Amino acid sequence: MAKITFITRDNETIILEGTSGSVMQLAVDNGVPGIDGDCGGVCSCATCHVHVDVGHHLKTGEATEIETDMLELNDYANERSRLCCQIQISDAIDGIVLQVAESD
Amino acid sequence: MSVHLNKNSICVVIGASHAGVNLAFSLRKEGWQGAILLFDKDPEIPYHRPPLSKTYLSSDEGTNLLKSVESYEKDNISLNLGISVSSINRTDKTITLNDGTIQAYDKLVIATGARPIIPPIPGIETAAHVYPMRTVEDVAHIRKALHKSLNKRVVIIGGGYIGLETAASIKKLGGRVTVLERETRILARVTAPEMSNFFMQLHTENGVEMLPNKNVIAIENTKGVNTVVCADGTQYEADIIIVGVGIRVNSELAKEAGLVIENGILVDETARTNDQNIYAIGDCTFHFNPHYNRHVRLESVQNAVDQAKVAAAAICERHPIYDAIPWFWSDQYDVKLQMVGLYEGYNETLIRKEDGESNKFSIWYFKDDTLLAVDAINNAKAYVLGTKFIKDASKIDKSKLMDASIPFKPGDLLI
Repeated sequence: MAKITFITRDNETIILEGTSGSVMQLAVDNGVPGIDGDCGGVCSCATCHVHVDVGHHLKTGEATEIETDMLELNDYANERSRLCCQIQISDAIDGIVLQVAESD
Repeated sequence: MSVHLNKNSICVVIGASHAGVNLAFSLRKEGWQGAILLFDKDPEIPYHRPPLSKTYLSSDEGTNLLKSVESYEKDNISLNLGISVSSINRTDKTITLNDGTIQAYDKLVIATGARPIIPPIPGIETAAHVYPMRTVEDVAHIRKALHKSLNKRVVIIGGGYIGLETAASIKKLGGRVTVLERETRILARVTAPEMSNFFMQLHTENGVEMLPNKNVIAIENTKGVNTVVCADGTQYEADIIIVGVGIRVNSELAKEAGLVIENGILVDETARTNDQNIYAIGDCTFHFNPHYNRHVRLESVQNAVDQAKVAAAAICERHPIYDAIPWFWSDQYDVKLQMVGLYEGYNETLIRKEDGESNKFSIWYFKDDTLLAVDAINNAKAYVLGTKFIKDASKIDKSKLMDASIPFKPGDLLI
C-alpha cells in the first residue's frame, strides 16, 4: 500500500492510496485534473507529466530514456520530471508527493 | 440562457469509446450543466482500444478502462451500454433506441467510430474461428480459440498495423503465425518501403511467416480446419483466422439523418456537422486539417481525444479550432514505432540512423523542403523533434539531419 499525494495545477491537494498498477492509472481512476493518460500508459502521449517533490525522487527512481526524450522539448520539464505511467505503485513509493506539471 | 448553462439541457453522445467518453468528461470540465447521456452497443465499460492487439491479447492483464466506473458517477455522466441507436430524428431533436425508446437531445454528438471490414471472400462465412480485432469480445474469442487449439496455426489476413501487432502478440502466446498481405509489401498504405522492410525483417526474425503478394480468394473448411486459398494457388491451413484489412466508417445513422457524408461525416473546424446541434468526432469524421490544407479522415486515439475536446469546448460556446498534428504509435515485440504528421504527397524520404544502434532510426518524409511526417523507431527524441518541426513549419538542413554525429537538438538541424 502506498499513499501518494498529488498537487494539481490549481494547487489542490489530492491524497490517494494504491497497491498496484501505475501512478497514472490511479490518478485517472480518481480524476486527478491534468493527468489524462490518453495513450493508456505506453509512454506515447506525455499527458501524465509530473514533478516528483524534492526528497522523493530516490523512491521513484530516475526517468527512463524514453520519458526524458518525450519531454525533451517540453517547456515545463526539469530534472524532477517523470511520466507517471512509468511509475509503478508499491510500498517503496509510499509517501511521495507529485506536482502535476503545466502543459504547453 | 445559453444551452450549456441550462440544467435541463441534454447532450446525447452516440458511441462511448475514446472519442465519446472524452467528450463527456470534457463537456463537464467546460461547464455543461445539464444531462450527459452516453450510448454504446458494446456492453463493456469503455476501455482503451490500442492495447487489444498488444498487451491485452498477449497477457492476462485485463482491460484498461478509459475511466473508472466511479468517475462517471462523480461527473454525473449516464453510461448506457449494450444499447444501439436506430435513428436520429433531426426535426424532433430525438434519437430512437433499438428497443423503441425515444430520447430527446439539445446537442447530439456522433462518435460511432468504425467497424472492421470483413472482405467477401467465398467461404469466410462458414469458416471456423474467423475473427476481426476491434473489441474486447474479439480478443476474448481469439484467446479462447488459441487456448483450445492444439496446433495453434493462425493466419492473419492483412499486413497493416493491426495485423502485425496481432502477429507479435500471438507469437508471444505460442501460436504459429502466417501473415498474408495482398500488396507487394506490408504496411503499403501507411508507410515508406524502408519501414515495410524493417517490419518484414523484424517479424521474420521472430518466427512469423510473412507473405506479401498473397490475395486470398477462398477459405475452405473441412472438419473444422480452414484452408486459406490464395490467387497464386498456394494454400495455408489455419485453426484461427484473423482479419485485419481495414475499417469501414459507421456513418449510416448520420447519412440516414441527412447529414453530409464525404469519406466520413463532414465536420467543420469545431467538429460540427451541417446541423448546428449535431457534432461528430473521432474515426467517423472527415475534417479539415489546417497544417496539411486538406480534409482528412484519421483512425487514431489522438484524433478521437483532441476532436472530443474541441467539440466539448464548442458546445459550451467557446471558439476552439481543431488544428492538431496527427500522431500514432505501434508496439511490436520490443520495438516502439511513433509516427507524427501525414506523409501523403511526399517526394523524398531521409533516414537518420543513430550510431551503433540498428533498432533505432527515423524516417523523415519531405515534400521538397517541407517536412510532412516522421516515423521513429525506438527513438522518441526524433518523434518529439519532428512534431516541433512540423508544427513550426521549420526549414531543416537535410544533410545535418542525416548526420548522426550532429546532436539531435532543434537548433543544430535548422537552416
